[in-house]
Amino acid sequence: MKSTVQLTVNGEQRRVDVPPMKRLLDVLREDLHLTGTKEGCGEGECGACAVLMNGELVNSCLVPALQANGARLCTIEGVSTEGHLHLIQRCFLENGGAQCGICTPGMILATHHLLDKYPMPTLEQIQEGLAGNLCRCTGYMRIFDAVQKAAEAQHAL
Amino acid sequence: MRSDVRGYGLSAPLNLQALLTQIASEPGHHALLAGGTELMVALNTGRLGQRSLLSIQHLRELRFIRVTTDAVHIGAATTFTDIRRNETIARELPMLVKAASWTGSIANQNRGTIGGNICNASPAADTPPALLAYNASATLLSVRGERTVPYRTFHLGYKRMDMELDEILYSVSLPRAYDGWRQYIRKVGTRNAQAISKTALAGVALIRRDEIEEIRIGAASLADRPLRCASTEDALRGRSIMEADLDHTVRLGRAALAQEAKPIDDIRSTAMYRSAVAANLLEEFLRQLSS
Repeated sequence: MKSTVQLTVNGEQRRVDVPPMKRLLDVLREDLHLTGTKEGCGEGECGACAVLMNGELVNSCLVPALQANGARLCTIEGVSTEGHLHLIQRCFLENGGAQCGICTPGMILATHHLLDKYPMPTLEQIQEGLAGNLCRCTGYMRIFDAVQKAAEAQHAL
Repeated sequence: MRSDVRGYGLSAPLNLQALLTQIASEPGHHALLAGGTELMVALNTGRLGQRSLLSIQHLRELRFIRVTTDAVHIGAATTFTDIRRNETIARELPMLVKAASWTGSIANQNRGTIGGNICNASPAADTPPALLAYNASATLLSVRGERTVPYRTFHLGYKRMDMELDEILYSVSLPRAYDGWRQYIRKVGTRNAQAISKTALAGVALIRRDEIEEIRIGAASLADRPLRCASTEDALRGRSIMEADLDHTVRLGRAALAQEAKPIDDIRSTAMYRSAVAANLLEEFLRQLSS
């Protein structure tokens, strides 16, 4: 059994015929070839597959395709514009917030969501906002720095 | 191992009435899928038994926070994020906001629902202790009509609930009656963020003339279901919290809770640890009442 699912992904209208319980993560990676979204644990614990769905941060491994029907999605591919890194991406790069890169797409989108809610977040708000994104390289301090720098840079714009 | 998704059906009823009709036509056949933070994990680890699912996440009729003079009514498909953003709940029922903030990460709070938390019926779930302490009620709905039951009698045993096969949980209602009450909630888990609790305790108490006039306590992971600690409450009602009497009151409370709690050993903790920590949490609550 397949369902037709229509999505707006990074501003583009897409349509796929997939089993309704197929994970949004797999729809993105396999059907739409957007492999920037990563799979970590597959249980909603690590945040590697995080994307924005209708502006809210979600773990795409826990979203069945049918529930994304009609949704507006933003994946890591939609964060940069015309080959220019987004300010959050640049701050991650410049502050050592990205190392092996597996957690980075999810971290960037979680940061995006965080800064939408709290343009100048406290350290506690940053820690809570990113608590669902696991990183095994950085030890987190550089990521927190990167987020703080991104907030300051956005504020200065 | 991950399940083959092609073996599962998921459809999205047009509205609440269509959902109830479909459930009534084949009672017990479908599982309801709201935010997916439980069932999708089961799917991804090959543990999702039910093959036929109905999505309810899109049903606006199940996602609401309605504040009336006497109560706050929360629709079953209301997310933890919705709860955290509600000012009335934050002001008057802060333990529920705290419990919602414990429920996984922000991404999971954006999808997970209070109805899912209740109906998944884990004894370790985060919101039930607060709901029990606040004396919440649960409203169930079917094509046959609606009924409301006290939440403290809703969980009948391990993952067994007072809910017929053709019924759904429609909402929970919390009385707006805690002005002047003392409130306490604390969870003990392996780490601060995202850990499922080893145990948790929520309590409200009304103090008059240094006596506990009324007290209600809910706990996680102390029994086969979320536990309303009724005999501990009985042991504490009318007791003094004056400094000279406090040690005695604490001893009575600890003894009653030790009798009432029936925790188990499992992957997250041991029965002995849970009993000891729950008693310590109760003591902390009681000592805060006198300060």
